[in-house]
Amino acid sequence: MRRLRERAIETVLFLAAASSVLVTIGIVGILVTESMPFFAHVSLKDFLTDTQWTPLFENARYGILPLLSGTLLSTVIALSVAIPLGTVAAAFLSEYVRPSAREILKPVLELLAAVPTVVYGYFALLFVTPLLQKIIPNLGGFNVLSAGIVIGVMIVPYVSSLSEDAMRSVPNHLREASFAVGASRMQTAFRVVIPAAFSGITSAYILGISRALGETMVVAIAAGMQPNLTINPTEPAATITAFIVQVSLGDLPHGSIGYQSIYVAGLSLLVLTLCFNIVGLWLRKKFQEKE
Amino acid sequence: MDSRQELLANIKRRQMWDFAFAMMGLLSLLFALVTLLALIVDLGMTGIPRINAEFFVNFPSRFAEKAGILSAWVGSFLIMVTTAFCAIPLGVAAGVYLEEYSKKNWVSQIIELNIINLAGIPSITYGLMALGLFVYKLKLGQSILTAGLTLGLLVLPIIIVTTREAIRAIPNTIREASYAMGASKWQTIRYHILPYSSGGILTGVIISLSRAIGETAPLITIGALTFIAFLPTPPIDGQFPYLNFNWLMDPFTVMPIQMFNWLSRPQPEFHVNAAATGVVLLVMTLIMNGGAIYLRSRFRKKMKW
Repeated sequence: MRRLRERAIETVLFLAAASSVLVTIGIVGILVTESMPFFAHVSLKDFLTDTQWTPLFENARYGILPLLSGTLLSTVIALSVAIPLGTVAAAFLSEYVRPSAREILKPVLELLAAVPTVVYGYFALLFVTPLLQKIIPNLGGFNVLSAGIVIGVMIVPYVSSLSEDAMRSVPNHLREASFAVGASRMQTAFRVVIPAAFSGITSAYILGISRALGETMVVAIAAGMQPNLTINPTEPAATITAFIVQVSLGDLPHGSIGYQSIYVAGLSLLVLTLCFNIVGLWLRKKFQEKE
Repeated sequence: MDSRQELLANIKRRQMWDFAFAMMGLLSLLFALVTLLALIVDLGMTGIPRINAEFFVNFPSRFAEKAGILSAWVGSFLIMVTTAFCAIPLGVAAGVYLEEYSKKNWVSQIIELNIINLAGIPSITYGLMALGLFVYKLKLGQSILTAGLTLGLLVLPIIIVTTREAIRAIPNTIREASYAMGASKWQTIRYHILPYSSGGILTGVIISLSRAIGETAPLITIGALTFIAFLPTPPIDGQFPYLNFNWLMDPFTVMPIQMFNWLSRPQPEFHVNAAATGVVLLVMTLIMNGGAIYLRSRFRKKMKW
């Protein structure tokens, strides 16, 4: 009787754990099945090479490139803020700061990730953009630059917290050996700690990239939602996520081309994220410390 | 003597670099923190004067001065309750299984890899999944239930990971002592592991709910309305059985969507309303996160094994 009960409980708990796999299957399954009808209308070649994305216009064009360029542009700007700031902050917290100060600074830094993204959108549109307009006079009200910078600040804690964990788990005897041969703290950080923690730091970067690629509200509010094939960050643009929001706000009949197009966009986003994850995994394998 | 001077110069140079790098670290931290401060101050200066009692009890309106967030905060609250009901039992159960039961085989490895991957999936794809699955396939409609399920699945990985961390911190001696008294595995978990890890689990629950309350994109995707001037069906009924779950199927709006809606209008008066909503949201998330940080540090100090 007791053994039966134990088995039953174990089975229930296992089902709960397995349900997380069902979520993934659900996401991939729905995205694929709902976007398949789209490719009956549009050839894959048009989708990948057309330079205009206007699925809701009379004269609809279905080229993913403008959305892709917007997404990558905002991600690159975000990363060029988040990776240097996050890495330096992590090295500083792990190698320079006293543990008692770190216990306070790290959670405070993590608050950056807790602020709702829609609030960041407000901040980008009504604080950062006017500030940037003082430096770049002909900057429009909607632009990728301020959205990218704000996303960058927002993902600093994702980069710094995980990197710091990785750096701190580097065994102390490596540091002591480095100090013993006369290296300074900075040399130890750059030549010993960071290389030893590289696989953990890569995971932190990959998570940061995923966040930046998938970030939605900041770009939907501050970047202008205009599909625009450009690499100029002072112009408005639309990202894949912003497009999904824009279409979802309207009336969206099930099975219409607009409905299908958001699934195609979502699928592209997932594939993009997956690509970066695979690259990250490969990097980690390549640089993993050989014991 | 030459080499000695060289050495001294070398040391000096390195110390300078070391100092410069420390300054850079400090500046990076300061930059991030000053940005956070600027955000809070800017939002507060615009939004706080707008907040009064009427702001909380008025429905949205096309007159900015009369508009309030009643339907939005009620919606946010009900969706949080639904999310908690979906995600906590599932997440804690999954965490317990992975930490206490799972053997090192390919099934558990797939589950673990999958949970890591789920954390990297953009939140808006959860919304797309929910639109296809809950709204159109399962016909749950663009309802509070759909929203709660969506956010529940979205925060599930957070609860699983924090539950596992909390359980991992419990030393094996506790388990051995329990088994020695003749307790079964489940009894050990029920009466020892879960109570001792409840602090860590609670931290995860609070963090996941604060994440859910600020989440906007997946709810826009499932078709949340941006203008709602009525409340869901009251959950308490005059007749037997006094509880009424019809509100689960009602349409909804939430605070972030209300804020987004006001923010996307051109008139600055509506931007003030957006800032006020932002202040309410920010205060709630900061309180929840502060609470989680406090809990975490308290339990870390109290539990010395």
